[in-house]
Amino acid sequence: MYLSTIGRSEHKVSRGKIAANVLALGTVSLVTDISSEMVTAVLPIYLVLSLHLSPAIYGLVDGLYTGATALLRLVGGYLADRVSRRKTIAGIGYAISALAKLGLVAAGASAGAIGAVITADRTGKGLRTAPRDALITLSAPQDMLGRAFGVHRAMDSAGAFAGPLVALGVLALVGASSTDAFDAVFVTSFCIAAIGVLLLILFVRDHRTPRPATGTVSPRAAAALLKSAPVRRLLIAACVLGTATIGDGFVYLLLQRREDIGTGWFPLLAVGTNLAYLVLAAPLGALADRFGRLPVVLCGYGALVVVYLLLAGPVSGWPLVVVSLALYGAFYAATDGVLMALAGPVLPEALRTTGISLIQTGQAVAYFVSSALFGLAWQVWGIGPSMAVAAGAAVLAIVVTFGLLRKVR
Amino acid sequence: MKTRILVAVAGVVVLIAAAAVYVGMAAARNRDVAATGTVSLAPGPRLLVRSTADASRGHVVTVSSTDPGGPRAVSPVTCARVYAAAGTGLCLRQDGDLTTYQLAVLDSGLTSKREIPLVGLPNRARVSPSGNLVAWTVFVTGDSYNGGVFSTRAGILDTRTGELAPSLEDFAVTLDGKPYQAVDLNFWGVTFTRDDHTFYATMSTAGHRYLVRGDFRAHTIGSIRENVECPSLSPDSTRIAFKSAIDDDPAKGWRLSVLDLASGRVTPLAESRSVDDQAAWLDEHSVAYAIPRGTQHSDVWTVPADGSGVPRVLVPDAESPAALG
Repeated sequence: MYLSTIGRSEHKVSRGKIAANVLALGTVSLVTDISSEMVTAVLPIYLVLSLHLSPAIYGLVDGLYTGATALLRLVGGYLADRVSRRKTIAGIGYAISALAKLGLVAAGASAGAIGAVITADRTGKGLRTAPRDALITLSAPQDMLGRAFGVHRAMDSAGAFAGPLVALGVLALVGASSTDAFDAVFVTSFCIAAIGVLLLILFVRDHRTPRPATGTVSPRAAAALLKSAPVRRLLIAACVLGTATIGDGFVYLLLQRREDIGTGWFPLLAVGTNLAYLVLAAPLGALADRFGRLPVVLCGYGALVVVYLLLAGPVSGWPLVVVSLALYGAFYAATDGVLMALAGPVLPEALRTTGISLIQTGQAVAYFVSSALFGLAWQVWGIGPSMAVAAGAAVLAIVVTFGLLRKVR
Repeated sequence: MKTRILVAVAGVVVLIAAAAVYVGMAAARNRDVAATGTVSLAPGPRLLVRSTADASRGHVVTVSSTDPGGPRAVSPVTCARVYAAAGTGLCLRQDGDLTTYQLAVLDSGLTSKREIPLVGLPNRARVSPSGNLVAWTVFVTGDSYNGGVFSTRAGILDTRTGELAPSLEDFAVTLDGKPYQAVDLNFWGVTFTRDDHTFYATMSTAGHRYLVRGDFRAHTIGSIRENVECPSLSPDSTRIAFKSAIDDDPAKGWRLSVLDLASGRVTPLAESRSVDDQAAWLDEHSVAYAIPRGTQHSDVWTVPADGSGVPRVLVPDAESPAALG
């Protein structure tokens, strides 16, 4: 039996209800992202100005931040399938991250305690992402998955957009950037995250199937996922696509150097990308449902190739910045959620969270490696040749992905 | 469904109210203070510090060199970092909203003579012995999208000519005598000699941190030795107080030491705690530095520069020390 035929017809839910669960998950993500981006926005200022941590310590803390999630995703995904409680695992993840905000207040100036709290926060994120995406795939009919993910991602980035503004508002209300003001940001962030958890508990429906027969969800069954050709192809494609991405930091740094943008505007580059992402996520998701997910994903990587070429090319000036950022946001909008929409139906329902976490982890690890390699290439070859290689790699990724996923519906 | 909506509304209201009350209480605690006394940066037997006391947090204050724990003159000026020499002050402070900063060059009466927008979080501030050159270091974050990786940027301004070097990364760098180029170059912690163009600083690249000597006129920088951070040149320009990562690993903390430039000899100072600050020389014999106390406070400590003695508190509830006299 082909895996893609499993789990197709078990849940006939009406469209209205489906939309409700996706919207509920989207609202939880929106609220949670306000909370987490509030902290992300002020954390560097807090650590350095208020606690006097040096960049080296910050680097260590930041390393924990990014490194802690990858493997936990796999564990969380497997666990959610095993107990067949995706909502519960996601909820635990959201709750851990919420409590971590209070942990920041309690940690005080201890670098070790701050590192532990940030690791806990990332643990929460690692736990919740795959079950949440699995719930989305289980809550929408297959022909609307692209739209469902598009709406979810748009709501998610709307929260990310509002977070820093809320943080600035709190800081402005409390006054000078004393530790008190930062504590107020963390406490507010906790309250908002708690609202997210509350909404999850009240309005998100779990998608519980009868407890799977013994052996359906086991390490062996999870490993057997890789024996399925469509899953393996998706995983390889996710890794290939991850490898073709050089890292946001580099893209923004290149733009900034090319255009000699005042470094004050630097954070705005990410805002520009986010804005394009926010606007395009839902329409591109709908487009993917209509004309096929693979073409949209491939077009997304096409946009990435253009961005790389623009960054290495002779055109310059503000139009370059605007076009690059719009295309970069379009790249994210066309790939991030759509890839999950592509993956959902291929994975058996009983192992869907495990499968999604596998694909997300594969992509994340590949992305990490390619960013490191690009940093090296930049140093050894200089910007021009490195960008040419990056663009070439992205073209190659498009070809390989097309070859791999042509048959995956 | 109805009950769930009611529970949700009640929960949201309670949580938002809790946040509002906390913010309100924090705002009430944080009322600003009025200035008490006149602060002058003119040379004299005084110490300039940034206050961390609850009543005057962030304000620039001076205390008597002979009675540093005694009464303080509190100015209305607030800074995140401050330093002064020969009647010129350098104040790194917030500029409007919380994400932008500026440096302000102050005259001896604390009037701002020049303001330059800064990108990044203020970290180090220094003024040359003549008061003519000022240098600063900021931490620059990457983008929030990516988790943000820190780098530092150090700049120098000639307050007489207005000549500005916004980033030392633009200078011609040599590492162990050979021309060196890298994208991961970071500079911080500048300190000046008396000639108004030579300076020392920290340079980091490829995971190593070096003491470098630079020339502001020639725009050149060359490495001298490894694992020396945040140098601070003694008044007679013969020694450098610095912090070095214990076992070359910043995670283990920093040790305060003094390097004799002629002999290359390093003397660890009697301070055994981790010091993450750019030390300031009080005179030829002693240095001062800040040690944080909890999350809210910091004290300025002093220790002899020859490795003898014991550290003692010089100015309680203060940081960013500078000897004016």
